[in-house]
Amino acid sequence: MPDRRSFLQSALAVVGATQVPAATGAPLPATPALAAAPPQPVRLNINGRDYSLSLEPRVTLLDALREHIGLAGTKKGCDRGQCGACTVLVDGRRINSCLTLAVMHEGQRITTIEGLAQGDKLSPMQQAFLEHDAFQCGYCTPGQICSATALLEELRADGTGFTDEEIRERMSGNICRCGAYPNIVAAIREVALRRT
Amino acid sequence: MQSIYYERARDAADALRLAQQDGARFIGGGTNLLDLMKGDVEHPLRLVDITHAGLDRIEELPGGGLRIGAGVRNADAARHAVVRQHYPLLAQAMLSGASAQLRNMATMGGNLMQRTRCPYFTDTAFGHCNKRQPGSGCDALQGFQRMHAILGASPACVAVNPSDMSVALAALDAVVLLRGRQGDREVALRDFHRLPGDTPQHETVLQPGELIVAIDLPPSRMARHSHYLKLRDRASYAFALVSVAAALDMDGGIVREARIALGGVAHKPWRRPEAEAILQGHPLDDAQCRAAAQRLLEGARPLEGNRFKVELAQRAIVRALRIAGEGA
Repeated sequence: MPDRRSFLQSALAVVGATQVPAATGAPLPATPALAAAPPQPVRLNINGRDYSLSLEPRVTLLDALREHIGLAGTKKGCDRGQCGACTVLVDGRRINSCLTLAVMHEGQRITTIEGLAQGDKLSPMQQAFLEHDAFQCGYCTPGQICSATALLEELRADGTGFTDEEIRERMSGNICRCGAYPNIVAAIREVALRRT
Repeated sequence: MQSIYYERARDAADALRLAQQDGARFIGGGTNLLDLMKGDVEHPLRLVDITHAGLDRIEELPGGGLRIGAGVRNADAARHAVVRQHYPLLAQAMLSGASAQLRNMATMGGNLMQRTRCPYFTDTAFGHCNKRQPGSGCDALQGFQRMHAILGASPACVAVNPSDMSVALAALDAVVLLRGRQGDREVALRDFHRLPGDTPQHETVLQPGELIVAIDLPPSRMARHSHYLKLRDRASYAFALVSVAAALDMDGGIVREARIALGGVAHKPWRRPEAEAILQGHPLDDAQCRAAAQRLLEGARPLEGNRFKVELAQRAIVRALRIAGEGA
């Protein structure tokens, strides 16, 4: 059985193919002063596995993950660094994968939502999100969970407390359109408390 | 996003060499540059990655003071023990900006270079922006002006500098260290950003091909009495309507020296030494604070849509000074 994503991709490919003949006669856009930068080899370490890719320099880390590697757990929301849906961990630090180029991350350890669980055993933060019903549509959830996972390390490094207010401030880069914030804060609070 | 070439600089000299190529731009965290490239506002042909150029160190200077490398990430600077102890104003300002994710990416140099968030600049659906297209006009003059300048603006441009970090750096008398093909030079943070005049496309005094290598903080006696107050339309992750960096050197209840810088009101952090001098030698009471605030806002020329910011800024100054002076 194809999953939903591969079905959509093949369906889109068919649509694209039917449109090709119409487009071939169209004039080419003006040639830029500089020839387009060709794809180049890029090696990325994602969730403990090495990937050898061929990417144009302009490909963002987010697009490399979703479109070139097939790790679609990391979500594209705004694609402009405003919503946090694309949050991943690079060497343990949370970043917006939409506002960085894949080629800038050779030699670093990238962790996505797919890399948090150990086999079938969910990470404590994933488990807490389930138990606290910390999502509705779920689209922002991978970013929320990656962000919250890094937040725990930041709290520990800074030696600060984790009041609800502090958690909300530190999670403000992750927007939830469904407004599941109270349960997101509750899930994070529980994991933070358990770890101290 | 248009096609781009990418090169990684090994060190500052390598970065300067690579930046000589046509259409080259430095990239640090990329959080602002890539965003503007996606929006069709910035069009570099090549990106020179300076995040591996050895600019990411923080070192204490002989005789006091701190040198923060241009490539240090905002989160790391804000979290640094010396910054937290001796320059809490800077840590506070930086932590009030952007989100945790963006602060993990954004660099010190990049923060200085970030461009205005004026929507008439960042959204190419608007046809007139003298920053984006010199000579085309300014749609903000007839637009939504809540986030725009009340001081130092010009008929060509009413945009504001969006940085929180720069406001604190201005109050702390920071110095920007620049390196070019002709050698090194230092520019006071206060002189680094420009007022728009009739060339709003030039936001800083940085010359083409020049690289920011570090930011120096002189020793500060104001660590105990400082406060960054940021007023904005939501509680977190928003740009300032008005912000105040206030720092005081107190002798008992008397102000020995004061620094006040304003954000969200002009094309650069706004400071005026004569406003700070009003506080000097006096107890920090409301009348003195209000007088200093009035002086700092002197000459304010608000737009139809942001008149409220003149009073808001003055009240914010008074509040920031009172909080900074607590416990003296």
